[in-house]
Order: sequence, then structure tokens, then C-alpha cells
Amino acid sequence: MESWRRHPLVFWLINLPPTLWLVVFFLLPLSIIWVFSFGEKEGVIGINVTWTLANYVRAFDPLYLEIFTKSFWFAGITTFLCLVIGFPIAIFITFSPARWRPVLLLLIILPFWTNLLIRTYALIAVLRMRGYVNFTLEWFWEKANGVLLFLGLDNVALLGERFQPLELLYNNTAVVIGLVYVHLPFMVLPLYAALDRMDKSYLEASLDLGAGQFRTFFAVTVPLAKAGIISGLIITFIPALGSFLTPDLLGGTDSQMIANVIERQFKSANDWPFGAALSYLLMYITFFALAIRALMARGTSAMEAA
Amino acid sequence: MPDNDVMISIKEVTKRFGNTVTAVDQVSIDIRPGEFFALLGPSGCGKTTLLRMIAGFELPSAGQILIDGQDMEGIAPNHRPINMVFQSYAVFPHMSVFDNVAYGLKVSGVPRAEIGPRVEESLDLVKLAGYGPRMPDQLSGGQRQRVALARALVKRPKVLLLDEPLSALDAKLREAMQLELVRLQHTVGITFIVVTHDQKEALSMANRIAVMEEGQVRQLASPAELYEAPNCRFVADFIGKTNLLQGRVGGLSGAQVLVQVEGIGPVPLSGDKEMRGEVGVAVRPEKMRLRGDGPAEDEVGIKGRVAEIAYFGEVSFVYLTDAQGRSLSVAVPNHKRTGGGAILTGQDHWCCWRPEDAILLPE
Repeated sequence: MESWRRHPLVFWLINLPPTLWLVVFFLLPLSIIWVFSFGEKEGVIGINVTWTLANYVRAFDPLYLEIFTKSFWFAGITTFLCLVIGFPIAIFITFSPARWRPVLLLLIILPFWTNLLIRTYALIAVLRMRGYVNFTLEWFWEKANGVLLFLGLDNVALLGERFQPLELLYNNTAVVIGLVYVHLPFMVLPLYAALDRMDKSYLEASLDLGAGQFRTFFAVTVPLAKAGIISGLIITFIPALGSFLTPDLLGGTDSQMIANVIERQFKSANDWPFGAALSYLLMYITFFALAIRALMARGTSAMEAA
Repeated sequence: MPDNDVMISIKEVTKRFGNTVTAVDQVSIDIRPGEFFALLGPSGCGKTTLLRMIAGFELPSAGQILIDGQDMEGIAPNHRPINMVFQSYAVFPHMSVFDNVAYGLKVSGVPRAEIGPRVEESLDLVKLAGYGPRMPDQLSGGQRQRVALARALVKRPKVLLLDEPLSALDAKLREAMQLELVRLQHTVGITFIVVTHDQKEALSMANRIAVMEEGQVRQLASPAELYEAPNCRFVADFIGKTNLLQGRVGGLSGAQVLVQVEGIGPVPLSGDKEMRGEVGVAVRPEKMRLRGDGPAEDEVGIKGRVAEIAYFGEVSFVYLTDAQGRSLSVAVPNHKRTGGGAILTGQDHWCCWRPEDAILLPE
């Protein structure tokens, strides 16, 4: 790694394009938005940068605070559910025969290769009133009714006159289902990485010393997978918090998240300064979460080295 | 019917992995209470699989394992009266030494007041008194192994299993630990079963050794018996160094078998009188003498040319090649500080031994 000192020209030639790219397409636009967040709207497209804090103050309006809280709530539940669902999946993959593991991991990664929009619309087809969940339920309803008919109990209408499809779409539940579906891989992959790295003789030692599977899981597996769990929690939570498409397509009127509000500011409301301020608040929260992760990682790295 | 003289009874145990691999093939061993027992063999001989079946981490494909008269079938590892010291030690990195040792007591519901003293006692036993608050990453490899030992012994198991316990230690520490393990076993009086690929380790520690190859026990005997009276070529070759000569049974002479060895003539050997045809004659290097003028009256010998001398400090191994192209090694103790160079490469010497020091082996 020291060789770049001897060939500074080569070093700069190689690193110039990516640096330029980063500056022009990432840092510069980001800075512009940052500057905008201290501006005032002027006319239809004009922005007058007056270094006012009014946009940030406005973000703490109860209306927006509530949406922030709701976003946290959605992201939190999503992260928790991903952990609860993802941990058994990660364990299952870790302990599968070696030749099946790549296939199973591929199944986890596969959705990444499909456009989010398509996946979300597919989920709509599954969850809507005339969707596959309701079709399945209806099929069971008819079969159950058939049994009742056979038993001569059809006239009591135990199961109701008609099948009542469940309203699975356009509400908060649909948003959480969608978010969990989209973010599950973010949880499973770091968990799998942590479990796969773990020396399995720790688990055998625990069993050998008299602990059951349950005890072993909480006293040995979870603490040893701590780094993976924290990574999983944070890299699930951050994108879930900034979700915009899922609540937009699957949610009802009361299930919008902060990203939806931001999108509206930039588009229909045409209030770029306020949108910029909200964006930066969301980013600060993200940085905060990453800082926590870095702090906790410092605590576990010493342990991992053992 | 529990047999008081048997702690672990392995009956016709077979372990197959898939359809093709038979790791352990119809092994039957009885291990006595208080015995220091070694499973010895090259890697892949099935010794670790057998140990893992005793621990309950692998299930036998066929056969039965009894511990203290109780059939272990269907009994999970955490309910067996045995504990194991893992090759990697598996000392929990997120727990202090004390918590590691206390873990097994806590999970099996030992009263809190009893845990502290028992942990201290166990740490004392492995000479780690006062190390309780340390974390595993503050310990050396040898100390971590002692923690693993203390953690297993604190449970007062009927049997302690040790999987290659010394393989991760450096040579000096390994030797000290061999003596330490024997001392520990005498103190606690528990049956120890140790898996090792290191024949010196097994010979110096165990009361009895089962030598395994290809999933089967080739010989089960005391260390001295394995060394002085191996029952097959594999054991003779695996345990210690040996000179293996080819011979042919020529007849009987009283209680002894006359074996025709090329370049020597008929050699009377004690052994199985039923043996016929081609046989092996094994002579340990230290049973041989180098003589310049032919074998003594009670000896037989082969003349060879010194090809190489390997100096080991206390002993030198002299490698000779005879007229038939056979390679022979003779151990020459370095009794004196000087004058060790009396034997030189290129010289002709007689490798001589007394027939009663040779071992008759079946083909």
C-alpha cells in the first residue's frame, strides 16, 4: 500500500475520476440541498438563501413530528419483525448442507435483482380484495361451507351468508408487510455472515455442559452473533426509515412516512427548502444510528478477536 | 445388567455418512472405570467420529453405546453424564473465566451458593486459581485449555472426553501438559478418553490404547504391548519406528516358528504357529546393534552400508542399505559426549539383533 508514495502520478490518475464523480454527482448536489434547506421559497421556482432556520423549526410542527414518529414506528416494527423472521432463516441456512447454502442464499438475494416497483405491484396483486390471499381464504371458506352443507348445518350460516374478503391493502399493516418483505435480505445476510463465521464447537460445548437448545441460543448464539445482529438492525432500519415507494403504493391515507412528505415538498408542494430541511433531518438521524453502530462495534471487536 | 467393570461399552458401533463413507465400522470397545483410554490413529481413521458418538453429537448408524450400564440411544448430549474438552477448547469468548466454568453448573440448576466454591475448586485443580475475572482473550493457549478442562471437570462427569487436547500447544508445553493430564486424572479418578493422532502422546498418557485405521480397531492393548507386540503391520509401523523385513515360514522348531529371511537364513521366532507362507518380521531400531565383525552368538544380522546418519541428541539413527536394497535403521544411543563420529557414511556394518527381540507379523 506504500507504493503510491513512489508513484504519485499514477495514484492521482487512478483516483481522479472516482473522486471527481463523487464530488460532482454526490457532494455537490448534497451541498446544494443543504444550502437550500436554509432558504425561502420565492415565486414558483426561485429559492432565496437567507440562512433562515424557519424550515427546521417548521419540521418540528406536531404534524410533521407525528409523521416522523410514525416513520420510526414503521421502521422499528419492520426491523424487529425482520430480526424475528430473519434469525431462524439465517440459522437454517448456516446449518444446511454446504452444497445447499449458496442456493438458499441466492433465494434470499434474488428479490434484489427484481425492480422494487414490480415487487410492490406483485404484492398488491397478492394482498388486494380480489388477490391471492383472499382467493385462498375464499377457497377454504367454500370447502368449509361444503362440509357444513354435508353435515346439514348450512341453514344456520355459521360462516356468514357470503365470504367476506379481508381488507389487506391500503392500511398500516400492508405497509409493514411490504417493508418487511423488502428489507428481510438486509437482515438475513449480516446474520448469516455472523453465524457462518462462528465456531460451531461453542454450540456443542454449551450442549455438552448441559444447556438445552433454547438456553444455548440465548446464552451463546445471540451474544456471539451480536455484531451481525447490530449490523442487521441498522442496515434494515436505515432504508426502512427512508422508505417512500412502499407506503405510497401499499399504504392508506394515514400511513405516509417522512419520505412521502419529502417527496411531496419537492414535487406537488414545490417547497424545496422545506423538503431539503426534512431530508437533512432524516440524514442526521441516519448518521446518529451509524455512530451508535460504530460505537457498539468497537465494543465487540475486542471480543471477536479472542 | 450394569457391569461394574465397564464404564463405557461400545457395541458393534457403525457410523456411515451418506451411502459411501463408513467412518466407523463395527467397533466394539469396553472402557473400564477410572481408565485413561486413548483412541489413536491417523486422521480420517474414525476416532473423532467415535468420540463424538460417545458425546452424542453424532448418532450411530448401527450398534449401541452404554455409559455406566445405561443405553445412550435417544439421549441428547446435554443429558449424558460426560463432558468434553474440544480441540479448539471452545471457551466462550464473551464470558469471564469464572462464568465459563460456572456455565455448566448454572444451566443444570446447581444452587447459587454451591457454584462459587465449586468453580474455585475446579480452577484450583487446573492451577488457575485467581484467574476467575479474566476474559479468555487475556489468556494464553495453554491457560485457555485449562479453562476448558476446569469447565468440564466442574460438572463431575463420569467420563471426560478430550479431542486432540494437546495439538494446539507448542512442543514444550505439550510435554508438560501430558504429565499434567495424567496427574489430573489420578486426582479426580474420572475415566478419561483422549483422541489423538500423536502416538507418543498416547503411549505416555494412556493405560490402554485402541489403534484405529479405516474405521476399525486394529489393536487394543497397553502402550508397552502395542509397542513390543503389535499384532499387524499397520500397528507396528504406526507406533514408533520399525524395520519391516519380509520372510517365509519354513517350519517349526519346538515352540518357535522358523522364518526364512533373505540374507540371513532361518530365524527362530515366537508367535502364532498357525502362520504359513509370507510373513513380516519387525525389529525396532533400538533393539538392533551395529557391529563391524558380524553378529554375536545369540544374534542374527544383516550387513549393510551406512547411507545416512540422523542426529537427534540423545540418540542417532543410522540408516543402512543392504545387498538386497532394503533400508534398515538402527538407533545408536549417544552415551558419550565425544567419539559419536565413530560411524561414518559409506562404512559397512552389521545390523544385529537377538531373534527374541523381533516380532512375527502376519502378511
